Amino acid sequence: MALPPPDPQFVLRGTSAAVHTLHFSCGGQEPDVPVLFSGSESGLIHVWNLKTCRVDTVLDGHERNSVYCVETMGSKDRLLSQGRDQRICLWDLAEGRTSVIDSVFTENVGFCRCSLLKVAQGHWLMAMASKALEEVQVLELPSKTSVCTLKPEVGAKLGMPMCLKLWQLSCGSQPLLLAGYEDGSVVLWNLSMGKALSQLVCHQEPVMSLDFDSEKTKGISGSSEKVLSIWSLNEQQNLQVYKTHKLVNAGISDTAIRPDKKILATAGWDHRIRIFGWKKMKPLAVLDYHTATVHCVSFSDHNQPSERLLAAGSKDHRISIWSIYTQT
Amino acid sequence: VCFTLGGLDCSISFISHVLGKVCIHGRQKEILSVLVPHLTELTQSDCIWQRMCWRLVECVPERWMEAVLLGFVQRAPGADVLSRLLGNLVVKNKKAQFVLTQKMLLLQYGHKTAVLQNLLGYLSLDPLRRPFLIQVLQELLETWGSSSAVKHSPPEQQQYISKAILICLSHLKESEIESCRQELLTSMMEGVKCHLDSNLPHIRRLGMIVAESISLKINTDGPVLKFQYEEDDETRELKSLLVQTTPCCAVPSLPDEEEDEKAAGQPSVSDGDRRSQTAAPVVPAGESDSELDSDDDLIPYDMSEDKELQAKAPLYLRDCIEVLTGCEDVDKWEATVKALESLIRRNPATTREVSVELAKILLHLEEKTCTEGFAELRQRAQVAVLTTDPIPVAQYLTSQFYSLNYSLRQRVDILDVLVLAAQELSCPKSHGKTKHSVTSKPGIQLLPGSDSSKDWRRIVDERIKSKTRRIATGQTQVELASGPNEFNSVAGHFFFPLIQHFDRPLTTFDLLGEDHFVLGRLVHTLAVLMYLAVNTVAVTAMGKALLEFVWTLRFHTDCYVRQGLLSCVSSLLLSVPAERLLEDMTEELLEAQAWLGDVVEKDPDGDCRRLALHNLLLMENLKKKLQIVPS
Repeated sequence: MALPPPDPQFVLRGTSAAVHTLHFSCGGQEPDVPVLFSGSESGLIHVWNLKTCRVDTVLDGHERNSVYCVETMGSKDRLLSQGRDQRICLWDLAEGRTSVIDSVFTENVGFCRCSLLKVAQGHWLMAMASKALEEVQVLELPSKTSVCTLKPEVGAKLGMPMCLKLWQLSCGSQPLLLAGYEDGSVVLWNLSMGKALSQLVCHQEPVMSLDFDSEKTKGISGSSEKVLSIWSLNEQQNLQVYKTHKLVNAGISDTAIRPDKKILATAGWDHRIRIFGWKKMKPLAVLDYHTATVHCVSFSDHNQPSERLLAAGSKDHRISIWSIYTQT
Repeated sequence: VCFTLGGLDCSISFISHVLGKVCIHGRQKEILSVLVPHLTELTQSDCIWQRMCWRLVECVPERWMEAVLLGFVQRAPGADVLSRLLGNLVVKNKKAQFVLTQKMLLLQYGHKTAVLQNLLGYLSLDPLRRPFLIQVLQELLETWGSSSAVKHSPPEQQQYISKAILICLSHLKESEIESCRQELLTSMMEGVKCHLDSNLPHIRRLGMIVAESISLKINTDGPVLKFQYEEDDETRELKSLLVQTTPCCAVPSLPDEEEDEKAAGQPSVSDGDRRSQTAAPVVPAGESDSELDSDDDLIPYDMSEDKELQAKAPLYLRDCIEVLTGCEDVDKWEATVKALESLIRRNPATTREVSVELAKILLHLEEKTCTEGFAELRQRAQVAVLTTDPIPVAQYLTSQFYSLNYSLRQRVDILDVLVLAAQELSCPKSHGKTKHSVTSKPGIQLLPGSDSSKDWRRIVDERIKSKTRRIATGQTQVELASGPNEFNSVAGHFFFPLIQHFDRPLTTFDLLGEDHFVLGRLVHTLAVLMYLAVNTVAVTAMGKALLEFVWTLRFHTDCYVRQGLLSCVSSLLLSVPAERLLEDMTEELLEAQAWLGDVVEKDPDGDCRRLALHNLLLMENLKKKLQIVPS
């Protein structure tokens, strides 16, 4: 007899606006507090203290424009946020400061979340959708120099890039980019040559989000249709479909694979969070707490496996925190 | 009868005379059943016999030529045989030409398809005769395209002409089609217009099939005309006439159709296929089994609650009104439309408060999403509103029927809704149940959305059956629960407003002019309302008004309207009590009887004649019934 799904460990209220993005920063040693960053539609970034479950700081840097991406760069003192004001802001949060030290004007009016990758100490690559319709630009941070511009070939008709993921096989190897596009295809780009290595049509509808496991070179993409697509990369750097999983209701806004690669979570338009086993896509749980579309899911980076958390932000202004499958 | 092969100067004219005389006396079948097989065999390879046969037929005197020719054409087993037997008779003999190219095709229409095949095949086989084929096709198309022919000629004749046209088309060669392409196109356009204008679905379909076939022939490359209609045996038979099995067929029609479909097919689908081909084949899932499966450690939770998400419909009627009039959320709108009927029926008091508003919204409700069965859902909701609060809603609907700026669909909707509600109101309701069982009248069931003209016929037939036979074997049927007839108080409100303004044309709506389709439906609706008004108080007044209405329209040119008028007469003869009929409407009934007799004899439409006959029978029964009762 299967147990009913667990309730959230706690629920964070107080954003007063739909939550579009979440990012944990819990890897620090004591006395560092585990922290969750959330970006909301009102343009505010809330820094939640996970010990007290209250907001520690509110960052306002995007002038009332919705924030749809937050990422930390190395520690929780360095934050990167992306908003609908076409700006990517870099924050310095050390020692109680809340200032924007730098910003990048993307000239892009879309919703594509940028992707960060640490390539060396203090050096980051950031991939973002750029001004031209189908292009992705990769910048080096903090210098903000352009590394390459990835343009699909003429007539490819991929549409806008919808989601990006920079990755490298191991530290020091070539960085690669996976991009999901409006026409439903996922493209693997080689950054040094600026060329597409492989393209795979995963969905009939736009790819809403994707996540990639660089160890197993296997990835998952969710779309506005009822199908989740799992694909893998073979030795020749070619993408191929591994499996598809049919869902009960259509629409996935976000997918996240847990850092230990055991489970993955999807955020659905049907207000539900679904948990799957990553190895074989075995459905594990359906968490039905929210009363509106779940916009984002994120796993924490706790050092202790038993403390690991899953957070989900929804249009109903709430962030639910779950502790699930932490025994392994 | 046997011929001697020998004498060179035999005169066969005597034989021709005999043949002609026998045929004209009606003995074609007997003599030709012996003669034609003989001749077929003999003429197969022997030219002399062929010539003799030709001579035989040529010598038949003019006045008997028709009978002989008819017999030959009917008896011949194929067009090539007919060609051997008759030779170029049609060219040489004026009478033969008239019979074969005019009389058999345009003036007669009782012959079978095989006969048509013989005749037209015969005309096509010889280059001397081919001009006749073209001429025949032109004349057939002229008849097919004439609007008065479509309106007044019997449907059997129209079908015959359509078949002839299709067979002619199948025989035409490319070059011939080229030369008369423009004429074919013009006649097709005219003909299609008249056919689609008709109220009878059968005629419309014939027009569509012929137009499609002509279009196929004249546009061998590029898009062809394609109509949507229901395929059944008749359409398949007609379409099969287009393809000739003989090698003299000009352009094979079937491969062209396939090519057209492929060309019009979606290039994006094939592009999508090509692209997915570039990805390497799917990796088999079996290879991961070799790894140690730590997934088994993860126990799934109970996921039985994970079902498809459905938008919730509002629980209150006024909320429904709000959603339907202004809501942007299409899921909610769709859920509301689906839940509306049951909400209306469960809340009669609330419905009465907002009935006219609801009726207005429903009448103007357009389909927003691709909901299955939208039209039926809307209609059921309308019927629910009408039955819950009959008088104001009926007043609203009947007034809107004659108002400006409604589409034909909406006007016909009003009529259908009135009928369905009337039927529901006049059926006895079982006490304590809110669900109405519509099947309480055995065998008579008005299905929403089905073709009304078939139902009226069935209803009238059933009623006549139940009236003209007396089976008095006691209680064979279970007593149905009885309740007051709710239609009684409102019948007048349904009926009289509909009948009032039919002769007043509006700018966009002219019942007596172009909109004869709606007139036909109106007449059928009145017939049903009359039928359902049996045992109501207003029935006599309704009967009188209806008879007057029928009288003014009795010579209408559209046969659907005439069928409706005759159903009206049946309904009123069945519903109005006999005593009232004979006391209040004697002269009108006598005049009607004379008119009905006329219809039985002279009306071109078979259904009209049959209905008129029914009505005369009902009148006879009426008289007999009253004669039995001592006055």
